[in-house]
Amino acid sequence: MNPATALKDAAVTGLVALALFTPLVGLRTDVSPTGGLYLRQRWSDVAILVGLAFAGRLALLAWRGRRSLPTASTAPGWWEAPLRRLGAVFAPLLLAFAVLMPLSAFSWNLGGGFVIPALTGRYELDLGILVLTYVMLGWGLNIVVGLAGLLDLGYVAFYAVGAYSYALLATTFGWSFWACLPLAGILAAFWGILLGFPVLRLRGDYLAIVTLAFGEIIRIVLVNWVSFTGGPNGISGIPRPTFFGLPFSMSGEPGTFAGFFGIEPDPSHRIVFLYYLILGLALLTNWVTVRLRRQPLGRAWEALREDEIACRALGINITTTKLTAFAIGAMFGGFAGAFFATRQAFISPESFTFIESAIVLAIVVLGGMGSQIGVAVAALVMIGGFELFRDLQEWRMLVFGAAMVAIMVLRPRGLVASRTPTVTLSGRKRAISGELVGQGHG
Amino acid sequence: MPCRIPFARGRGWLSVLAGCFTAGGNARVSASYALQQLINGISLGMIYGLIAVGYTMVYGIIGMINFAHGDIFMIGAFVSLIALLLLGAGMGLEGPAALLLVLAISMAITALYGWTVERVAYRPLRGSFRLAPLISAIGMSILLQNYVQVSQGARVKPIEPVLSGGIEIARFGEEIVSISWIRITIVLTTLCALAGLTWLVTRTPLGRSMRACAQDLKMAALLGIDTDRTISLTFVIGAALAAVAGSMYLLFYGVIDFFIGFVAGVKAFTAAVLGGIGSLPGAVLGGLLIGLIETAWQAYAPQHLTPYKDVAAFSILALTLIFLPTGLLGRAEVEKV
Amino acid sequence: MATPLPPPRGRNLILEVRDLTMRFGGLLAVNQVSFTADRGRITALIGPNGAGKTTVFNCITGFYRPTSGTILLRRDDGEVTELQRQPGHRIARAGVARTFQNTRLFPGMTALENLLVAQHVPLMAATGFGLGAVLGLSRYPRAERIAIEKARAWLEATRLLDRADDPAGALPYGAQRRLEIARAMCTEPALLCLDEPAAGLNPRESEELSALLLAIRDGHAAERGRGCSILLIEHDMGVVMRISDRVVVLDHGRKIADGSPEEVRADPRVIAAYLGEGDEGEENGGA
Repeated sequence: MNPATALKDAAVTGLVALALFTPLVGLRTDVSPTGGLYLRQRWSDVAILVGLAFAGRLALLAWRGRRSLPTASTAPGWWEAPLRRLGAVFAPLLLAFAVLMPLSAFSWNLGGGFVIPALTGRYELDLGILVLTYVMLGWGLNIVVGLAGLLDLGYVAFYAVGAYSYALLATTFGWSFWACLPLAGILAAFWGILLGFPVLRLRGDYLAIVTLAFGEIIRIVLVNWVSFTGGPNGISGIPRPTFFGLPFSMSGEPGTFAGFFGIEPDPSHRIVFLYYLILGLALLTNWVTVRLRRQPLGRAWEALREDEIACRALGINITTTKLTAFAIGAMFGGFAGAFFATRQAFISPESFTFIESAIVLAIVVLGGMGSQIGVAVAALVMIGGFELFRDLQEWRMLVFGAAMVAIMVLRPRGLVASRTPTVTLSGRKRAISGELVGQGHG
Repeated sequence: MPCRIPFARGRGWLSVLAGCFTAGGNARVSASYALQQLINGISLGMIYGLIAVGYTMVYGIIGMINFAHGDIFMIGAFVSLIALLLLGAGMGLEGPAALLLVLAISMAITALYGWTVERVAYRPLRGSFRLAPLISAIGMSILLQNYVQVSQGARVKPIEPVLSGGIEIARFGEEIVSISWIRITIVLTTLCALAGLTWLVTRTPLGRSMRACAQDLKMAALLGIDTDRTISLTFVIGAALAAVAGSMYLLFYGVIDFFIGFVAGVKAFTAAVLGGIGSLPGAVLGGLLIGLIETAWQAYAPQHLTPYKDVAAFSILALTLIFLPTGLLGRAEVEKV
Repeated sequence: MATPLPPPRGRNLILEVRDLTMRFGGLLAVNQVSFTADRGRITALIGPNGAGKTTVFNCITGFYRPTSGTILLRRDDGEVTELQRQPGHRIARAGVARTFQNTRLFPGMTALENLLVAQHVPLMAATGFGLGAVLGLSRYPRAERIAIEKARAWLEATRLLDRADDPAGALPYGAQRRLEIARAMCTEPALLCLDEPAAGLNPRESEELSALLLAIRDGHAAERGRGCSILLIEHDMGVVMRISDRVVVLDHGRKIADGSPEEVRADPRVIAAYLGEGDEGEENGGA
């Protein structure tokens, strides 16, 4: 494209931007002291945005002119080959980092004058817990979306079922976290089956909308069924987890964690424990998924994603196979929900909006559907990114939406687009290009 | 968690709706009350129908749920609000002329938004995996929502009633049933918009290429139809109709916020599915049904169940898809083996 | 129609189709078609385009539910199944495997994985319905070893052993067709239904396909000695005449001829049906 046409093109973009931004950015509706609305003018903002659109378009054209490449790329990224070569090292490294990270929250006296100071603090641990929660949710949803190819936009419903199950069981009957955790998972799986049974015959995008509707129904019920769920005020005073029966308390009595082990009571004990708890739960999710993938059920899920009709011709019961994916995914969502409830000690319907489902879905998609390591990296990037933009408040959701569009446009198959076979005759597992791998009926 | 959208905010709907009644008392059983609810339901249903048309057209042509369409509708409502304030307070224009001008501005700007969304978020993904455009659309929906939240603020935007009064249509003893001018405006405007759409689709070359693309996109392209242009124009038309719906919504409820697009979008999608996705009359019929059901629920459900009116709409969506997947006026899809 | 009749004397039938009718809206695609397929034999279903062959096929394999009529499968062990009453996945479990006109492999999975998915039903039982094996129940590894051996045998029979770990979607066309047959055979069917297996193959590949199908019929293609009955739709008359034991001809949704390849070839109605079809008929009929 020659410079004159490029300039013309960019000028048109600028004009479009001017028309788009003039009313909504240039004229802001504010409530005046008298209660009515008035318009506040912000032309400088419009000018900046139009300028950005113009420059951005020009830059894009110049870049595209230099390396004439198609926009949406499914080819393996340059990082995939090294990542796979590193794969054998990278995943254990990431795991080792995750395991060791909390230890750096304490200072260690190694004797002989060697003292490793505390490198991280409560903030890092909390962030770690948050990231791991999303890693777990991502892995759970990955079973449904990545392996079975069923687009579920209401995953947060199962997260909510798990959280409310634990909260209600613990506050009503006083049951311990360890008794409630499996129950929360089972209840979430039960809801998964209940909701999944009628809708799994639907085509992919219909399924997406119905699951979204179910997610909303559960949220609306949580908000309005005040006598049962506490309504918008939620449930507070949810019991904290105990170290297999030993509470974390600052008193240092013999019946407490610190007292039992004879160590100095420290508020970070509980945080570290929570950290390892969610790490363990996330690894459990991963372990189950990885194992299932190598077995008939997991293979049937992937086959279903590839071609449903062929599955039927091979005698695979499509409904039950989809239901198991739905239920197992839901179960891990329920575990994560129970963990969320015990960590926060307070839950309300506000934590279970559609946006949560969208974030988890974005993690799965960005990671590369079906790739465990990709999902973990995506959760780290996404939630870490959220933290970076912490001070920007509402802007970060804006960035999040834009990022979701950009990822789809640039790399519709996510970071790790290829698939690893589950079994080989030769013993060498060569990655299968994402071009060949199906994405389900969505 | 970091991102909380105050979903329940800006739902003065109950009180607003109650304030909309120009006749009728608290008696929830009288004939006049029922008639009034019918009128409300039709007005609301027409709005849903207009949005549903946008879903159904896009789905009919490229087989994709334009998840951001609800937010395009929300943008339409906001542009209408801004135009209304600009013309009213800024230039002192009032009455039907102002309303027409507001509609025109809103349609133009919103159509441009529709075009841009398609150009930026969907066109690069044409021919990609089926999930990609849907996820891109979800991202676009989040983007638009937060764009308006940032640029216009999160607070609800109430307006002064634009039109007041109405005409009396029936009298049941003491009780008078009247239709407010607002309701009349809504019904007439939507009817005009739908008539325009029908003309466009059935009588113009553009309509013919749209129908051809809906039948078979590849074949249409082979026959020399500029499919990219046709798809773009489909988004533009859908957005313009959503803008009309947005203006009418503003008149109907008198208050909007940046979050109205989500729920209205899901309901309108329900309407499109109920009517049979891909069918334009079906979308309007579905919209009317959803509007009537919602209003009836609001008016006649036991008090403690009224907050569940959205649950009713969502349940209809699920039930339709399960038991009547082709909708009321849709065509059955034969599974190709 | 409720009680299945005994098979006609002297013939060992695997499949009986009686008065099969399929209507799509106003279109009568298949009209009162009855035919049978003998056990251990290859039966070909031929006819000009639009004759209703694939519709019959889809009724037998459970993808369409016929408007009326019965389809009986008599397994080797004497069990009789009314196929038209079964949900899709039950038909495969009853012993009917099929391939598709446009191959339907799992393109992102390797050839080996494709064949393991085909053994889903027995493997699933060995895992304790999916969840037992996660917890480490030990019957599974053995079951999987046997399954892999079986897959290896079929890969060898279809000359795909060296491509076992390649994704199915990356195989050449002819190999994909063979893999689909191998996959169908991994379900241990009593009746193998092939929808135009020779379409798009070159003469040498067609020759090989014929040999493979005969070997499958006689039970010496892969590991076992048990033969398999075959029902096939085919346009390539060379293949049909070479390997079929019996040919059923459809035209406009009705059966117009039924007999040995020689009888059918000489039948004036068949010639008329094909010649009436124009160049398509000449091309295929002459081969």
